[in-house]
Amino acid sequence: MTIAAQTSLPAARAAESQIPKAAREAGFAALVMLGLSFPILALRTEQNMSNELILTSRWSWALIACIAVFIARFVQILFRSALAKTLTVFGSLVLLGGLARAAGAAFDTFAASVFAIGVALVALGLVWERRAATTPPSTRTAAERFAWFAPAKPYVAPFALGLLAAYPLLALAAVGQGGSIKWIDNFGIQILIYIMLGWGLNIVVGLAGLLDLGYVAFYAVGAYAYALISTQVIPATFPGLGVWAFWICLPISGLLAALWGILLGFPVLRLRGDYLAIVTLAFGEIIRLVLINWVDFSNGYAGISSIPRPSFFGVPFNASDEGFAALFGLEFSPIYRTIFLYYVILCLALLTAFVTVRLRRLPVGRAWEALREDEIACRSLGINTTNTKLTAFALGAMFGGFAGCFFAARQGFISPESFTFLESAQVLAIVVLGGTGSLLGVVIASIALVGGFEILRELDFLKQVFGESFDPTQYRTLLFGLSMVLIMLWKPRGLVSTREPTAFLKESKAVSSSLVKEGHG
Amino acid sequence: MSTLTETAAPVATAQGPSLLAVRGVKTYYGNIIALKGVDLDVRQGEIVTMIGANGAGKSTLMMTIFGSPRAREGSISFDGRDITQMPTHEIARLRIAQSPEGRRVFPRMTVYENLQMGASINNFAHFEQDLERMFALFPRLKERISQRGGTLSGGEQQMLAIARALMARPRLLLLDEPSLGLAPLIVRQIFDAIRMLNREEGLTVFLVEQNAYHALKLAHRGYVMVNGVITMQGTGRELLADPQVRAAYLEGGHH
Repeated sequence: MTIAAQTSLPAARAAESQIPKAAREAGFAALVMLGLSFPILALRTEQNMSNELILTSRWSWALIACIAVFIARFVQILFRSALAKTLTVFGSLVLLGGLARAAGAAFDTFAASVFAIGVALVALGLVWERRAATTPPSTRTAAERFAWFAPAKPYVAPFALGLLAAYPLLALAAVGQGGSIKWIDNFGIQILIYIMLGWGLNIVVGLAGLLDLGYVAFYAVGAYAYALISTQVIPATFPGLGVWAFWICLPISGLLAALWGILLGFPVLRLRGDYLAIVTLAFGEIIRLVLINWVDFSNGYAGISSIPRPSFFGVPFNASDEGFAALFGLEFSPIYRTIFLYYVILCLALLTAFVTVRLRRLPVGRAWEALREDEIACRSLGINTTNTKLTAFALGAMFGGFAGCFFAARQGFISPESFTFLESAQVLAIVVLGGTGSLLGVVIASIALVGGFEILRELDFLKQVFGESFDPTQYRTLLFGLSMVLIMLWKPRGLVSTREPTAFLKESKAVSSSLVKEGHG
Repeated sequence: MSTLTETAAPVATAQGPSLLAVRGVKTYYGNIIALKGVDLDVRQGEIVTMIGANGAGKSTLMMTIFGSPRAREGSISFDGRDITQMPTHEIARLRIAQSPEGRRVFPRMTVYENLQMGASINNFAHFEQDLERMFALFPRLKERISQRGGTLSGGEQQMLAIARALMARPRLLLLDEPSLGLAPLIVRQIFDAIRMLNREEGLTVFLVEQNAYHALKLAHRGYVMVNGVITMQGTGRELLADPQVRAAYLEGGHH
């Protein structure tokens, strides 16, 4: 006890001497928050019954925001352990939520339990900080700290694949047929579409280092290719092939998108970085504007509806005698199509990953990466940078086209609304946040961003804290931006920043790429 | 105190036809003229150096030989073939290799992958064999084989840049300021390696340098470039002894 007390004394004293400074800083931050929240939170104009604007005040909101900022800044300065900081700040917010509920609605058991959870979290944070302050800082490297994980590493990929393959069945078992459609469709398929788009864009941005802000254009090309061919060309010329429409159009969509990738590639061959980004951005917008305005071709804003859904290799998913359910002696249910779609997009996404992994080991993949690192050096080593860039654009676009084809088939309806710049930005955010070039990073970022947004829909219980008018999904964009800022501060090279070498003499020795500066040229 | 005690034997100067012939080359950056009509020859088996101050146009000449920027006037031929209008990557495929200014190794790729990039030009025909040769030439690269290019020291990066160029089994090696920013000991190692390659394998080298003393000691012949014009030429020994060269590039200089 005495030894522990002695060793802890200097640290504790240092922390105590920090308190006035921390309080000052936190007070200042709270003042800034007051200034900010005054026009946004405290004052609010509302329309009353007779269409007049009336000024209402929400001083309690402003007060809560200021207190939250005060606590966050105070803890940030005073505490050493990141976990303790997080716990304390989060706990304080929960605690404040409980108080707000008690003050606003009623002091019921719900408010009490929220309050209690908040107190518990804060206490846990304080205890953890006490522990962290009295133990000397760890000198172990990241590799040593995660050494316990090393034996499990080879099993991560097979386990993840198994989990992906079993996911629809797990969802079915957990919440039954009615409930699982949402989980398989909104979570599973939605996330997998973005993983596939992320992996496709990763070829262009992550491997070849060509910043593409118009990737959604290829997604649109794929989607419209399927929609137009399956609703107009196939019924008019080969009506017998209707059930096979998806499987015929899938490769066509990919090829058309690849062609557009090459078309975009040619004019931008000499551009890099910012200039390339602007031209690709414009390209994405041009495709969308053409789809809106060329009404004869694309039906404009109204979009294309009744797009045929994919069949189970010629067997349609309907209630007829030739339908999937009847053929396999099952009772008809829409769930079979959803599960099938899940496996289709899973296979498409895995195909993208497989091609990426294989190509990285081939000369063309190495040339992409070398191109990203240094274009001039590449050329002087005899690499045809024109062809290298065009193959990257074409391949990335092709996978975008596949994803677009799938998207059209899954939705049954498409319109230019689905292919806005925001879509490109989100896919690019997934690639960058995940760590450019990393396949695993794309998966993590997709689950966090896309899955996170879907989770917001499930947070209805927050209404009990913040009142009935509170809609968590409105905070989608705010959270999106916040997560980008935080990840870029915390891990500027993305979540997975190590680049795995593709070839070894003996064994690999990973040196984090965060130690290495970017290529130039 | 010289770090390089031997001078390359001038007898090795072959009097055959030029492997690389530069004739009246003028290169512009926009409207600004950088090379004002350069004539230069590199013969089979020679080490030829070009010395000059910062901004004299040495690197521009190197880049012009490689086709970017392109010469606006004049001609460049390699082994009797006109390469003036050829795209850079096709020039490289004639087996002219370059260790470019600023080394330009691929920073996030390992040493091994960097060397692979050098060998991709001849489809890895003799990859293993060439890899061993590079390890013999620069043993440091073997120690660093799985390290990323960007984590190497400056000297190691220069060795890697030269080794990467040599993996293509070049008929002509262009070196742009290999001594830039390196410790004297490392410079010596690198220049020794170049000399050895020239003696034992007959490698033809064209070397651009600011470090005039070392470069002239190494080279069979040298050129002096001032403001985009070649003002002097001669054997390495002649130039080293020339009072003008001594005054401009050697006195109070690098040795």
